[in-house]
Amino acid sequence: MSMSRRLSKWEPRKPVPAEERQLTSAMIASLAAEGLPTVSAPFGHALAELAETQENIVGLTADLAKYTDLHVFAQKHPERFYQMGMAEQLMFSAAAGMAKEGFVPFATTYAVFASRRAYDFICMAIAEDNLPVKIVCGLPGLTTGYGPSHQATEDVAIFRGMPNMTIVDPCDALDTAQAVPAIAAHDGPVYMRLLRGKVPSVLQDYDYKFELGKAKVLTEGNDVLIISSGFMTMRALEVATTLKADNIGVSVLHAPTIKPLDTETILRECAKSGRLVVVAENHTEIGGLGEAVAMTLMKNQVFPEMKHVALPDEFLDAGALPVLHDQYGISVSAMLTKIKMWLNK
Amino acid sequence: MNPSSETPISLARRAWNIRYKSVQMGAVQGQGYVGQALGISDVLAVSYFHSLCYRANEPEWEGRDRFLLSIGHYAIALYAALLEADILPEYELETYGTDNSRLPMSGMASYTPGMEITGGSLGHGLGIAVGMALGLKAKKSDSFVYNLMSDGELGEGSTWEAAMSGAHHKLDNLICIVDFNDQQADGKSTETLSSEPLDQKWDAFGWYTQRIDGNDLDAVIEAFDNARNHEKPVPRVIICNTKMCKGIPFLEEREITHFVRVEADEWDKALQVLEEGKPA
Repeated sequence: MSMSRRLSKWEPRKPVPAEERQLTSAMIASLAAEGLPTVSAPFGHALAELAETQENIVGLTADLAKYTDLHVFAQKHPERFYQMGMAEQLMFSAAAGMAKEGFVPFATTYAVFASRRAYDFICMAIAEDNLPVKIVCGLPGLTTGYGPSHQATEDVAIFRGMPNMTIVDPCDALDTAQAVPAIAAHDGPVYMRLLRGKVPSVLQDYDYKFELGKAKVLTEGNDVLIISSGFMTMRALEVATTLKADNIGVSVLHAPTIKPLDTETILRECAKSGRLVVVAENHTEIGGLGEAVAMTLMKNQVFPEMKHVALPDEFLDAGALPVLHDQYGISVSAMLTKIKMWLNK
Repeated sequence: MNPSSETPISLARRAWNIRYKSVQMGAVQGQGYVGQALGISDVLAVSYFHSLCYRANEPEWEGRDRFLLSIGHYAIALYAALLEADILPEYELETYGTDNSRLPMSGMASYTPGMEITGGSLGHGLGIAVGMALGLKAKKSDSFVYNLMSDGELGEGSTWEAAMSGAHHKLDNLICIVDFNDQQADGKSTETLSSEPLDQKWDAFGWYTQRIDGNDLDAVIEAFDNARNHEKPVPRVIICNTKMCKGIPFLEEREITHFVRVEADEWDKALQVLEEGKPA
């Protein structure tokens, strides 16, 4: 069964009326729901601030400073900013070289270009030598409607296979800002998925602090445990609030560090009996958080009923993000429908 | 500056010693990229005993010139140079390629003192060198970065990304050495994916370009000196035309392949031929 709505390219389409027209969500898509507070460029500001006290931080980009919020750092610290041009293989090699000279490079591009195009260079020059290069990438998973060229739906799967690589998928502006000093302090390579531009901020309402390698329980509930990373945690919290009104208790366990996974917390939470476990991720169902959690549970012989909210193993359509998130089942409403179905309610 | 400058040993003898050690290591395993090692020995002799600034007992000394071996399979040649330079102890030669050795067949940074990067996957060295040269400039260091690469690596797009970048950032502390032996895995480089006219390409990319006979010691010395002393704020490249298996005529004459086949009884013969041509 394919979820693709792609029609034959030989079939002419009639234009839809202007008032019904959905615009493609290109590079500056905002994931904020109505009414959520947002913060502008949390990564860029956090890095610029950290660089005030940490002199060995440098920033590199492959022609995408403005689109990864690195321009904020570049404006504050122009002498520590390196424009490497549209040359990702070079950028990650050069980042390795700078790390060998004692710097902590933050190198930015889009997730597709780091994971697909520069893989061998990140693997051999950075990961094999265990160098402290921080690879911070925009448009992770399905965060643009531009089409498969820019949709990094398999980035986590690609980097999970790379030894020494730590993978971080922050939820919101607060998480992103707190992750920056934490990954800078880690003595090794890190891949961080980036939400840029006006980024929603939700975690200030929870007793939460980002800790590298730690998963945190944000809300408690007795019926469902959602384990999530990235902006799917925002969605999970909304799901929890909505289902509470229906007397369904949802616990949300936010796991922003996908590798190494906080297996202790995940096992502890999954071992609590009677709860449906739902892993929710902005990533293909292959090779991401869901499979990481499943393997942890199997290896430790913890067997809850487990479901997965993730993108299908397909090249996704272009279009408007809200439409695509609904279509591929990672919107709040799609999650609500699925979870109610799984609970038989 | 250079540790050898006070020693009376001639560069010709250093190059010969590097050749001899390479063949000795090849004999230990009965295999190895000795063809490339014999071809590049003169360049390595000039690098380690004329140009490079380093401390043999402190391979990671901050003030050293960095020498990057982009071509991981040339490790046997660099080990010979590192042994000759006393960066590695003489007795480890016999461990070449054996289990638990610090001298694996392909060069890796985590295994060997003096091996700055992990080569092997080709087309990586020059980009890393660009980053190191940028880093050294940011630290106001006077050190140079040397990147030794092969003509086969000219087929990798990443090499040209790095070439553009080196000129763009005016990296006059970056010296790239291209070993042009016209040999890669499937045959002649010029017949596999030709990079000619190569000197014009580097020149057009904004590099101070020299093309020399890489087996002519005097020419290599002059080119290395020119590269260090060139006054313009541009990166430098020395294209060294070399001969595979140089110094051992019966191997030179053999139909040259990427991985030179040396029969079991020929290793001693190769060492014997070298002995006969031993310089003072």
